[in-house]
Amino acid sequence: MSPISGVDYIRILPELVLTAFGIAVMLIDPLLKPSDSRRGLGLLSFVGTLAAIAAAVYQMHYYGLGWFGMVRVDSFSIFFHVLIPAISAVCILASLEYLEQQKIGSGEYYALILFGTVGMVLMSSAVELVLIFVALEISSISTYILAGYRRRSASSAEASIKYFLLGSFATAFFLYGVALMFGATGTTDILRIQAQLAATNPGILAYVATALMIIGLGFKVAAAPFHIWTPDVYEGAPAPIVALMSTGPKAAAFAVLLRVLFATTGTGWFWLIWISAALSMTLGNFGALVQGNVKRMLAYSSIAHAGYLLVAFAASNQLGISAAIFYTAAYAAMNVGAFAVVSHFGSAGERYVSIDDYAGLGKRSPLLAFTLTIFLLSLIGIPATAGFLAKYYAFTAAMHGTSATHPTALVWLVIIGVVNSAVASYYYLRLVVVMYMREPTVSEPPAPASASMRVALVITTIATIYLGVVPGRLLDYTTLAASDLQPKTKAAGMMGARFKSLTDLEVKELFRRSSHVTPAEDNRSGSQEKKRVDNR
Amino acid sequence: MIHQILFIIFGVICVAGAVNLLVQRHPINSALSLVVVMGALALIYLLLGAEFVAAIQVIVYAGAIMVLFVFVIMLLNAGEEERSRGSHIALLLGVPGVIALGCLVAWTMLSHNTQLGGVRINTADFGATQPIARLLFRDFLLPFEITSVLILIAIMGAVVLGRRES
Repeated sequence: MSPISGVDYIRILPELVLTAFGIAVMLIDPLLKPSDSRRGLGLLSFVGTLAAIAAAVYQMHYYGLGWFGMVRVDSFSIFFHVLIPAISAVCILASLEYLEQQKIGSGEYYALILFGTVGMVLMSSAVELVLIFVALEISSISTYILAGYRRRSASSAEASIKYFLLGSFATAFFLYGVALMFGATGTTDILRIQAQLAATNPGILAYVATALMIIGLGFKVAAAPFHIWTPDVYEGAPAPIVALMSTGPKAAAFAVLLRVLFATTGTGWFWLIWISAALSMTLGNFGALVQGNVKRMLAYSSIAHAGYLLVAFAASNQLGISAAIFYTAAYAAMNVGAFAVVSHFGSAGERYVSIDDYAGLGKRSPLLAFTLTIFLLSLIGIPATAGFLAKYYAFTAAMHGTSATHPTALVWLVIIGVVNSAVASYYYLRLVVVMYMREPTVSEPPAPASASMRVALVITTIATIYLGVVPGRLLDYTTLAASDLQPKTKAAGMMGARFKSLTDLEVKELFRRSSHVTPAEDNRSGSQEKKRVDNR
Repeated sequence: MIHQILFIIFGVICVAGAVNLLVQRHPINSALSLVVVMGALALIYLLLGAEFVAAIQVIVYAGAIMVLFVFVIMLLNAGEEERSRGSHIALLLGVPGVIALGCLVAWTMLSHNTQLGGVRINTADFGATQPIARLLFRDFLLPFEITSVLILIAIMGAVVLGRRES
């Protein structure tokens, strides 16, 4: 009998669904005439993302490790398996209008979004660094290509090539970190790395490995000082793709960062994260102040928000993890919404992207201006919006996270964060002021939003307000998800205690896998393995 | 002892090949330097006792992929590259930076040799074909299969970005 059971397939069900829809889109695309509208393919992809969300919800009854300890379905993974396809779904809705506006007639666009989503969701459930690397590459390469989709624009090609070169460079760092981690612990399985590092005193190799992995992932989440690419790429890439890549891969990379960092506590990453958080907030916000292009401004704001999120990381406690998870969802809602408006307002060839073009939008298109205002207020962090609570939880977690080794460091980080939030309100409010208090400079009336764009805006607006007013349910869930990651042993070397949180099956799986590296026992357990397979 | 000497020799060849790849102006010279890098890497794998990976390295990289590289360069009839007159900041800061970082890493590794905290993997059949097959088609089956999605999007990307605009 095959050692792979049906449950294994359920544990990657959302990925399977997304891949199937992606392949279907690829196969149908050549059957259409080049002049045909690709709207149907977009709707098919939309259905695919919804099916993936349903599959993720179905997974709730199948917690545990799958594929020989490669993936782990838990509350944490299910959260991201719902969030990321939801982001893709809204971006696909926004793209339906965008592709027609820009006269881009190629169905691979949607297939790439779906395949990219496969990589992103897999990153959140993978507990094995090799699998994480492959998933990271899938998510990155699809976004490199999508960034270059505005073929008539030189800035889009620039965005694509820049993103590709710097992204590959960053991935190499991550891979080097994985290799050194293997050297330090003899395994690439995150759960076993955690056990190994807790049992022995981590050596220099483990420190260097963690630092290198933080560099690689820091690039993906656009945290300073690895943020240089962000403004250029966001400026050149198609607006709905920016909505996707500023939230989806970011959420996935944060998920990996959470899994990796909380498996390697004790490798001294606190100050790395502290510095990165402080730099991201400061450079992001001060950079945004001087931007004249809305996409560039939102790019710097995205760097700043990565900084706020890292504040929650630095707290490195249960509260911090749940705040970070909440932040990814809140940020996704408001940022996708903001970029959807930018995408609609940009018109053919993305002509209207400078802040001056937004003058008088409040009169010309009151509803569009109103929704954008909500997203901007949420990005500032005005109460009753998702952004406020996200920031509030992140800063509260940091205040609670003060420990004996660095008593005031987190307090200072929160102070930097609050000052930065005040600075940030200037550039967001400037856009609001321009929209409502200046006379229009563009004479052409904005085109009415298409039905799909309206649905996208309604979803993101409701999500932004909902998370800001009644966050209770999501917060309960993020707390649950955070408890999946929290290192279970404070007393080092207590292997038994560490496994208490896992189910019996998972413990068996772990010991089975460990048989490959434990030198003395390898032969014996190897032959047992063979026998067991034969018996089946 | 002989092991270490061989490792140093192949390591130096490998790094020299990589540096030459960057310095050379003609794409063909760079491609051939890459063959040297691949070959030296294969020998280092062999020193590690990973015969299978070494053989695959030669067949796939030094063989198939490099032939493809050379073909493409010849098809494009790519000539000598021209140096752009960009700023030299990257060169002025980057090269000393890389050297400093390399020295730091080397110093740490050499002087704190005992505290590195590495593990020893010395199973009898390490690197042999059978355990690799077991890893590849059992324990790492999922990453192995999911790589097909990665290759698929890479091909799709080449098609999308290379297609002529109608």
